Amino acid sequence: MSIDRATVAKIASLARIEMTEEELDRLAPELSGILDWVEQLGEVDTSAVEPMTAVIPNTLRLREDVVDADPLTGGNVRDKVLANAPAAEHGFFGVPKVIE
Amino acid sequence: MTDLTNLGVKAIRDGVAAGDFSAREVAEAFNANVAAAADLNAFIVTTPEKALEAADAVDAARAKGETLGKMAGVPIGMKDLFATQGVQTTAASHILEGFIPQYESTVSANLWAAGAGMLGKLNLDQFAMGSSNETSYFGNVISPWRKQGSNAALAPGGSSGGSSAAVSARLCPAATGTDTGGSIRQPAAFTGITGIKPTYGRCSRWGVVAFASSLDQAGPMARSVEDCAIMLEAMAGFDPKDATSLDLPVPAWTANLSADLKGKKVGIPREYRMEGTDPEILDSWERGKEWLRDAGAEIVDISLPQTKYALPAYYIVAPAEASSNLARYDGVRYGQRELPEGAGLQDMYAATREAGFGDEVKRRIIIGTYVLSAGFYDAYYNQAMKVRTLIAQDFAKAFEQCDVILTPTTPTAAFPLGDKLDDPLAMYLNDVFSVPASLAGLPAMSVPCGLNQDGLPLGLHLIGNQLDEQGVLNAGLAVEQRAGFVAQPEKWW
Repeated sequence: MSIDRATVAKIASLARIEMTEEELDRLAPELSGILDWVEQLGEVDTSAVEPMTAVIPNTLRLREDVVDADPLTGGNVRDKVLANAPAAEHGFFGVPKVIE
Repeated sequence: MTDLTNLGVKAIRDGVAAGDFSAREVAEAFNANVAAAADLNAFIVTTPEKALEAADAVDAARAKGETLGKMAGVPIGMKDLFATQGVQTTAASHILEGFIPQYESTVSANLWAAGAGMLGKLNLDQFAMGSSNETSYFGNVISPWRKQGSNAALAPGGSSGGSSAAVSARLCPAATGTDTGGSIRQPAAFTGITGIKPTYGRCSRWGVVAFASSLDQAGPMARSVEDCAIMLEAMAGFDPKDATSLDLPVPAWTANLSADLKGKKVGIPREYRMEGTDPEILDSWERGKEWLRDAGAEIVDISLPQTKYALPAYYIVAPAEASSNLARYDGVRYGQRELPEGAGLQDMYAATREAGFGDEVKRRIIIGTYVLSAGFYDAYYNQAMKVRTLIAQDFAKAFEQCDVILTPTTPTAAFPLGDKLDDPLAMYLNDVFSVPASLAGLPAMSVPCGLNQDGLPLGLHLIGNQLDEQGVLNAGLAVEQRAGFVAQPEKWW
């Protein structure tokens, strides 16, 4: 299946990646090539097959219902959470204005 | 005194325990090799002080007569995909440049608890996406190997290319790797070292930068099967912080190593005899069969009928998961932010991701977003996950007839840097032998088996049944003993 520039532009916008005209020109044929190649999967009869959900059988566990049972994944670490933020202010993540 | 940097994990650990040399002497020797190998570009960050600190702790513990860990006194390289507290972790991307984790990944924490020390953070393909280590924001890793009579720079493999180059060049006795579709095994084969990807769920993914969560698995890269077994024991184990971690005890792989394969059956999948495979690779495969027969195994023909669909299925599943995982890099919570004049929030996201991701990462995010988008989900992603079920069933049937599977690791030896960079499909085909085992979550290992006519290393690939790392390691040991691989790259760096 060949995908055109407009489709790539739409997907890039869904993926929130800005793209120049040049990049769109380069990517459209590249992605068409890759998609043509993966489309051979259509040859496989999978009418009686379930999609894989877990590669190794495993059961989902529940953690103990205790606050901060694991200090590494518990709360009260605000400053650590914010430590790598490009713009942390007053204990929050800073972002450009979103409401006019 | 012997050159300490020629020693492997076991020799270093045992030598430190016996008092033949101190852990500090070992760390100093490797720190010096790391510092002298900038030309290989194997490290993004070096941490000589961390290596010395860990070594001093081991020497002090030994002086006090304390019990030493499995990796005591062994300095290692850490792939820069593992979060290391206080030490920059980038996944070789610009978007995470300057990111300093506030916590330690479970696998690296396990290794430090076992007495290992960190020489530095190893370069890799950006977000582990690549087979040649050419997608790193921090520059290509150069393989220490060269073709006879040529100075052309070769790929160390990928994505764990810093790991493979560093272990092969004696910058560290062992390194961590991660494997999503072959990222431990292919670089190990390209550089004449040994690497094992365990069963999915053996090693915790907590604190490992995510690429494709249903496939990502950490493992050791070292210069012998036994060293891999020792290090894997230290890395593996149940971790409640990873929902897919297997709640099983870590087997005593090292104690149970045995190259006696009497009564074992080794499967040779006929579908792996593919067009385009280098004749020298096919010869090495034949030698591998002879070696395993010599070790007492019976060689049996098996069939894995869906093999040709593994790679296309992988290139739907992995990008789909990547597009979801990499949505977190938004310039808000961590990493780089790109904020053009007057930009709103949505513009900031798009500009940040445009500037922060490399071409291959963008390519995979776009493919992943496309195959998951409305109207295409069933045709692409769901179909790929059904094919994945069939591939896993192929292996399950095969393991009714055999105990372990032998194949080549790669279709060719290492290729020159730049060779496949303009052709993503040609690059993807490099993982044709390693991807099926990844899709089925199986343990698999590459062991060096010799040099080709150009003097470049080749690897043999062993695939085991779920949870049977022991079978893989034992067959690997049988290959290792018979291959007698001692070649080293000639030092030019």
